[in-house]
This record gives sequence, structure tokens and C-alpha cells, in this order.
Amino acid sequence: MISNMLDNKVCLITGSGKGIGRAILEVFSAQNATIYANARKEGDLDEVLEHLKKTKAEIIPVYFDITDFAKVKSCILQIKKAHKKLDVLVNNAGMVSYEILGMINFDKFREMLEVNLVAPTYLMQMASKLMIRQSYGSIINISSKVATEGVKGQMSYSATKGGLNAATLSAAKELSSNHIRVNAIAPGMIGSERLKNIMEDKFEHKMNDIGFGRLGTPEEVAQVCLFLASDLSSYLTGQIIEVDGDLKL
Amino acid sequence: MSNLDKFNSVFAEVFEVEKSELGSDFSIDNVDNWDSVTQLSLVSDMEDEFDIMSDSEDILEFKSYDAAKAIVAKYDINLND
Repeated sequence: MISNMLDNKVCLITGSGKGIGRAILEVFSAQNATIYANARKEGDLDEVLEHLKKTKAEIIPVYFDITDFAKVKSCILQIKKAHKKLDVLVNNAGMVSYEILGMINFDKFREMLEVNLVAPTYLMQMASKLMIRQSYGSIINISSKVATEGVKGQMSYSATKGGLNAATLSAAKELSSNHIRVNAIAPGMIGSERLKNIMEDKFEHKMNDIGFGRLGTPEEVAQVCLFLASDLSSYLTGQIIEVDGDLKL
Repeated sequence: MSNLDKFNSVFAEVFEVEKSELGSDFSIDNVDNWDSVTQLSLVSDMEDEFDIMSDSEDILEFKSYDAAKAIVAKYDINLND
């Protein structure tokens, strides 16, 4: 992969301690970028940072819960003070649940709305403040294939991600005159640890629904994210890109 | 330039008015071009001028000259010097 795709770009990735977020951090780290890597708990990034210590990117760990607006704001201020700009926001942090309609836990649903939709919207608001000043930026929201098509057994989760898709499309329209791109990635079935743990023993049956006949990898999602973060996607905005190997839900 | 001068300059520039027109009755209710777009540029220019970052609730309250003064003061900007 060309290693200067994010030359001098300042990026913020939320939820970068594991799964797709960690893969995004790893893929971005191979580029000449400055990366603010967020995770919720102090120490959550220790392992990945150890693994990436020889990378050419500058990685700054920032620990906070994205639903804590005061902490989000102080992170954006920290970035503003240090660099006077933010080029890329990857809204990756999220939570998932698997429940049929009759079994929805509404406390969990409210919490999930906060994490998957309200907090990413606040992050877009704060990030766009810096991006508007430089008339440049790329915001990437990590959504889900289930948001565009719906799926049995994940009604509440799909609704939160559907909201994120709509927010992506609206933000793209509001921010296009400021030359800020806003896109979403909608992964299909990705072989992250989280999915493997939940879906244990059910993969064989699900594999028939995927045209490519295999799960996607977190790296395959991260590479699309790199494309959206880089200037290779300079004329692309308001798109929900499905990275799903032809998954039929 | 004092902080108050800077504050007034931002207002004058955003609303394209003379500084002498600014005062307690300068608000969303009687300024024609005070809409959500100008309000947002007002906030954003104030943030640049004083190197602050407003909370979302404060942005919504930027609806008059006096309210703006009170909000900016909350961020430890002394407008009386």
C-alpha cells in the first residue's frame, strides 16, 4: 500500500482498541499520519501500541467514553491546540446487540442510541468546527449492512445504524460547500473477535449467504476507510459504501 | 484592542453593521439577517477570536448581543477590561 496516502494528515479514530477500529488504526499507522487513537479505558490501547511502536505514524492515545461530551470536547481542543486542524474523523466506536422485537431491552436500546448515533453526531459537530476553518476534511462513519437492508433479530441495533446513515447523508449535504466529505462504510459479516464470540458455531450456515463464501476481515474494512480518508476519494461524499462480499441478509 | 472591541468587531463583521448599532436591543428578534447560519458564523468567529470552543447548549443561546456577552464571559474572557 502506498505509504503517503495520509501525508501530514491529523486523524481521530474512535474505538480503536479492538476489531475494525484497531484494524483502521493499524492500516492508518502504515501511512505518514498523526493519529489520535481513542479507546474507552486507560490501557485498552497498550497492546496495539506495543505492536505499532515501530510505525512511521505518530500515535497519540486518547482515553474517553464518546458519550461524555465534555471529554470529547477536550479531546478536540487538545487536537486544535497541537495542530490547529483535524483532517479525518473516523466514527468507529459503537455497540451491538442481538434481540428480536419482542425481546428488546429498552435501557440498552437507549444506551445504544447514545453510543451509535448521538455521540457520533456530536463528534461530527465538533470535528466539523475545525474542518470548516480549513475548508477540508473527511468524516467516515462506520455503519452496518443491516442499516440499509434490515435484518431479523437486530431491530434496535439496525435502527441506530440506520440513523447514522441518515445523519451521514444530511451532514454530507450540509458540509459539501465547506469541502468536507462525509461518507459511511457499511460492513457485512466481518470476522472480528466480537462477531466470532457471539456467532460461534453458526458461521457454517451463514457462509451460504455470502457471495464470496467467507467472512470479511477487519483489514478489508480498514482499507476502504483509508481510501475515504485519503485524497483518492477527493470527489466522493454522501455515500454509504457496503463492504460485504455480496452478503444477502 | 480590548476584548470588548474584539467582541464588537466580530458582531459588526458578521452582521455587517456599525459598532454603534450594537447594544441590548440587538437580538434575533430585531436583526433581519440573524438566522441559524449567521448565528453559527458568529459563534465560530467568536471561538476563533478568543480561542475558545463553545458547548452545544451555548451555541443555541447566542441569540442576542447581551446573551453572547454572558456566554463569552463564561469561558473566562473578561469583556470589561
